[in-house]
Amino acid sequence: MLTVKDLFVKVEDKEILKGINLQVNAGEVHAIMGPNGSGKSTLANVIAGKEGYEVTSGEITLDGKDIFEMLPEERAREGVFLAFQYPVEIPGVSNASFLKTAVNEIRKHKGLEELDAMHFLKFMKEKMKMVGIDDKLINRPVNHGFSGGEKKRNEIFQLQMLQPKLAVLDETDSGLDIDALKIVSHGVNLFRNKDNAVVVVTHYQRLLNYIVPDFVHVLVDGRIVKSGGKELALELEDKGYDWVTNNQTEEAAV
Amino acid sequence: MQNLHPRDRFISNFSKFEAGLNGESKSPFHELRKKAISKFEELDFPTTKNEDWKYTNIAPILAHEFNPAAGAALTKKDIEPYLVPNLKVNLLVFINGKFRSSLSHIYKQRDGVVIESLAKMLKTNPELVLKYMGRYSGLDNGFAALNTAFADDGAVVYVPDDSTVDNYIHIMNLLGSAGENALAQPRNLIVAGRNSKLKIIESYHSISELENLTNVVNEVVLGENSDVEIYRLQHENMSSFQVNKTQAYQQKGSTYTHYSVTLGGSIVRNDTNTVLDAENCTGNLFGLYLTEGRQHVDNHTFIDHAKPHCQSNEMYKGVLDGKSRGVFNGKVFVRVDAQKTNAYQSNKAILLTSDAMIDTKPQLEIYADDVKCSHGAAIGQLDDEAVFYLRSRGIGEEHAKRVLIRAFANDIFETLTSDELHEHLNHLVFEKLK
Repeated sequence: MLTVKDLFVKVEDKEILKGINLQVNAGEVHAIMGPNGSGKSTLANVIAGKEGYEVTSGEITLDGKDIFEMLPEERAREGVFLAFQYPVEIPGVSNASFLKTAVNEIRKHKGLEELDAMHFLKFMKEKMKMVGIDDKLINRPVNHGFSGGEKKRNEIFQLQMLQPKLAVLDETDSGLDIDALKIVSHGVNLFRNKDNAVVVVTHYQRLLNYIVPDFVHVLVDGRIVKSGGKELALELEDKGYDWVTNNQTEEAAV
Repeated sequence: MQNLHPRDRFISNFSKFEAGLNGESKSPFHELRKKAISKFEELDFPTTKNEDWKYTNIAPILAHEFNPAAGAALTKKDIEPYLVPNLKVNLLVFINGKFRSSLSHIYKQRDGVVIESLAKMLKTNPELVLKYMGRYSGLDNGFAALNTAFADDGAVVYVPDDSTVDNYIHIMNLLGSAGENALAQPRNLIVAGRNSKLKIIESYHSISELENLTNVVNEVVLGENSDVEIYRLQHENMSSFQVNKTQAYQQKGSTYTHYSVTLGGSIVRNDTNTVLDAENCTGNLFGLYLTEGRQHVDNHTFIDHAKPHCQSNEMYKGVLDGKSRGVFNGKVFVRVDAQKTNAYQSNKAILLTSDAMIDTKPQLEIYADDVKCSHGAAIGQLDDEAVFYLRSRGIGEEHAKRVLIRAFANDIFETLTSDELHEHLNHLVFEKLK
């Protein structure tokens, strides 16, 4: 589904990603782990199409389509979803009307009929129940005055509403207590199926207790230095990132 | 005529105006006009050398020769587009500054309530007019003096003590005349008695595409514990000019809420002022201006805290596109006696292009020591993060920007109590931002 090939990315002349290769297939969950500053969020943002990143070489394709040819909104309509590390507050725009617009833009793109107010409400109520989000948050302006946990829950609610092909979760666990973490993870697990894929970007292993990945990749200094199964996350938790970096230096020295 | 200095042109017009008044030129009210014309002669029109007019050059206004235009033949159907849909109002229609009773409609009111034209009041009850008019708004600049000198029509609303007007009063001003630059100088007087309630819509529209000038003065007198709301909608054609002075005077425990919405006009200058001259008054001044092309909108406000235990809230917002220009000068004056004043002021503007410009000047002068005053100004572009957030959910860039601008603008109407008016203003904002 998602293929990243030899991706090099600069931010303000500083090279952040230095040759990333990643293959994510439908039905899979991949975790990208790494210390602060390793380039995890850069990768997530480049996939979503955020400005301020210069792709110097390499490619990213979604189902064979070059995503660099697409604007952020086109990527979203094609099925890319980024759960933000810091969801943006938008005063004056209600969560519900924002989502209705988004859902219908995506439906239009797929050649589906737009949902009218009644059908949208019905669909939304279903998803609200599923994610455990209450009316109050729905009628308030997008993320405006939400707690950290509420913002993250709102991201997962949007994930459920938009039903993308590929969900990229950027540090979704940051700032969450254990109860909120469970709720958010539950929402992601409900989303998972054989036709979609999830990329979880995280610093800590904690989240992966709840969203169990099929593959774990360790990103250090802009490169994936190690890949493995879910047990790799536990090993990292145990030994720390130094273990991989040192390991790598030793290997390189051999 | 063409070569006359604009001031002299108006002074010469005054003699003609006076001649046409017949017997009324002997009335006490006319003394007010005569005083005003000599004040105008002395003051002349303001220039950018005048500190209060520093950012607004009125030379493009005075380049035209305006004429008090004859009334246009309009039907009720013609004025429908200027009404607030589904809102029941007492309607006063003025065409080129003259009251048009055939298009107006006033519901039966409680005893003593007056909703009338100034022209009629000057014939039937000049004492009431003279008791208030000119006592609150001084002849402090050329435009205000000129308005007073030519004052002969406008709206007079008077609500006696312990009374109320149930529906909104809509003062609708239509201006335009084929082939000439039309001039209207409405003079409105609004007096709310003790414990009374009043809601007014004051709207301005063009019925020609030419450069017209409206020079209006409103005096608003709030009695003890009265509650007055005024919604000013400036929706003229893009070549017209408006100079609007709205002076309120508040007595004990009164609440004054003024909304200013400016969408049309080439050069618009507003002076929106209130004096909180007794304890426990509340003054709310809210404003929204959406400009494009070469529009120039100047909002001057003056909140005068003269007595203790009062509060004022002020919020003005602007969205400026094209090469348009905005001015916000918000003066808050807290006099020595005005202890325990609570004054809040905010001015926010979004500049959509690098050619759009705003001059913003919050001006707090505080002479009392136990007060809470704050002000903030935020001028900027749309939040890129917010635009990206919406785009990342499948909403196109242009659409995302429109959503954010609308949200920024409509926020000003949050406290509006009438759903019909709220919806109408939202709609006008939507249309303007299309």
